[in-house]
Amino acid sequence: MFGRKKSREGDHKAATADPGAPDPGAGTTAARHVETDLSVDLAGMTLPNPVMTASGCAANGRELARFFPLDDLGAFVSKTVLLDPRSGRGTPRMAETSGGMLNSIGLQGPGIEAFVTTDLPWLASTGARVLPSIAGTDPRQFAVVAKTLRTSEAFSACVGVEVNISCPNVANRGLVFACDAASSTEVVDRVREQLPDTPLFVKLSPDVTDIVAIARACLHAGADGLTMINTLLGMSIDTNRMRPHLAGITGGLSGPAIRPVAVRAVWQVYAAMLAGTLPTKPIVGVGGVGSGEDALQFLAAGASAVQVGTATFGDPHAPVRVRDELAEGLSRRGLRTVADAVGLAHTRLP
Amino acid sequence: MSRVSPRTEPSVVHVAARLVATRPVGDFQYMTFAAPGVPDLARPGQFVGITVGGPTSGALLRRSFSLHAVSPAADRSEEDILDIVVAANGPGTQWLVAQDVGAVVDLVGPLGRAFPLPRERVACVLVGGGYGSAPLFWLASALRDRGCRVELVLGGASWERLFGADKAERYADGVTITTDDGSRGHQGRVTDVLGDVIDGSGASVVYACGPMGMLEAVTSVAADHGAVAQVAVEESMACGVGVCMTCVMPVRGSDGVTRMVRSCVEGPVFRGDRIRWDAFEQGWCRVPDDTLGAPIVPAAPVGAGDRPARASAPVEADAPEQAASAESGPDASDEGAQ
Repeated sequence: MFGRKKSREGDHKAATADPGAPDPGAGTTAARHVETDLSVDLAGMTLPNPVMTASGCAANGRELARFFPLDDLGAFVSKTVLLDPRSGRGTPRMAETSGGMLNSIGLQGPGIEAFVTTDLPWLASTGARVLPSIAGTDPRQFAVVAKTLRTSEAFSACVGVEVNISCPNVANRGLVFACDAASSTEVVDRVREQLPDTPLFVKLSPDVTDIVAIARACLHAGADGLTMINTLLGMSIDTNRMRPHLAGITGGLSGPAIRPVAVRAVWQVYAAMLAGTLPTKPIVGVGGVGSGEDALQFLAAGASAVQVGTATFGDPHAPVRVRDELAEGLSRRGLRTVADAVGLAHTRLP
Repeated sequence: MSRVSPRTEPSVVHVAARLVATRPVGDFQYMTFAAPGVPDLARPGQFVGITVGGPTSGALLRRSFSLHAVSPAADRSEEDILDIVVAANGPGTQWLVAQDVGAVVDLVGPLGRAFPLPRERVACVLVGGGYGSAPLFWLASALRDRGCRVELVLGGASWERLFGADKAERYADGVTITTDDGSRGHQGRVTDVLGDVIDGSGASVVYACGPMGMLEAVTSVAADHGAVAQVAVEESMACGVGVCMTCVMPVRGSDGVTRMVRSCVEGPVFRGDRIRWDAFEQGWCRVPDDTLGAPIVPAAPVGAGDRPARASAPVEADAPEQAASAESGPDASDEGAQ
């Protein structure tokens, strides 16, 4: 049951027979198995497979490396790193909910200097393709963090950078960057200046009126792609004590409970790309991915890759399991490449 | 069947564990699993993470349980066995204790840092609150194997809330029982008798596992009587393997700096005098102002997604105490155990 042997790259091609499935993507029978190539190119990031960890759900790698080699992943996404060390919030930081959980960590982390001297070189030594997640409390801090990354010795291990704009802008009354197109633009501008040649993925919040508008602001500011979605703001009451469950009062909701929201967000943004109202750029889908079938939903909605987050808390092997299940799921549908599945559902409307 | 770390010496395995025996003990359930690979890696004080609810459950997060005992297979005809003690405090643990022999669960372990053992043959006092005593019997055996004198002090709200009192004599050179209601042993709390037990045995180390309030009091009594306390803490955990950052607490390092550290990987065993007990109040734990990277107050409005930690807890109704430390997981905060 849990004895699946890890398969190395190259073994990811699920086995096959019939090379010419007549209706790609629709088939679900073994007879239509084809050889599937999991490799993807995301705005210049060449990855052996489209499955990544999700920021904040895999720490900085050492813990999961006890369970599988980190270079089995398409990319390893770090915990969001800020300029200075952060203790994060008090506890309780977590509340389990139906099909999900709330967290209120407060971006605990060692700060960018410690990250580039300790964590990033270690990640580089594992052969992992690293996608550091960065943030700041004002646009200048984003720039300093980006510059520190670029000038660090192990930067060559970074295949790109993910920009976490779901944190409050102290320069704008604490309003979260991701909720304001102008703030999002400013952050992406400043990071782009520091990292002119690095693939930049901006992670969007679903807690907005029009996610396509924020996506547009980020892409026009020079983002190479989008990661969708961050957690939804939620809250839980401890009814034994009739008080907020979390010390941070509110927290981010994650897990399967938010998957439909995430799939919808990816769908809307990809639809805008198809309609020509947004530049066509890769989308990394995230939100309740816990199986290959979940990953397929995101691909069909328009994502070119996926991240596995909360599922890792329940199953430390989840990212590699999702990768293997996705390979099998693509193969079973007669899909030879990941790209063949991307946006497929947009072509099959009622 | 086990999946192990492929590049380093295995320290943890992720296996399908089969329930081979289960029986009630007082208010708890004593559960025995065949878990290939875990016993050889495990030491007293470590824990395992078990998924609950079955494949269609909406419960995503593991529950963590102290290892009560392990038994490696002696030969091919035997299985690797481990024992845990479960208090059904919430829906997840209620599901687990309802499982029948033959049930298979997803298990990761061993996890966390074990109790550090003394180099010298010193006397030790082991203090357990409720089913927090679960890891202490195995620890007692390890200490006696090293020639240490072992005193056990077991306490609970009532006799049903004691674990292991009947077999304690076999594991220790002296046993003292306390219950809040006097239904067994001395009426009162473990800390009422602890000072005398330390003095009488000349102990230099006190090991403890139980509710946080008890661990704080044990740390204080140990210090007053010249002993070092090593305590296994309870914090609500989502992952148990160090990636979720939810089970943190403020602990002073050997450099004197307080950090929010993970009880699942840096703990669950800490020196009692390193824990910032001053930060715990009414089920909250705030971030002490002198913690590395502590928030600077004040800042964003409520709900902005990133707020400074609360400086003080709001008023609360008469609330149950925290669950004891033998289990920590999402359930642990569902209701009080001790």
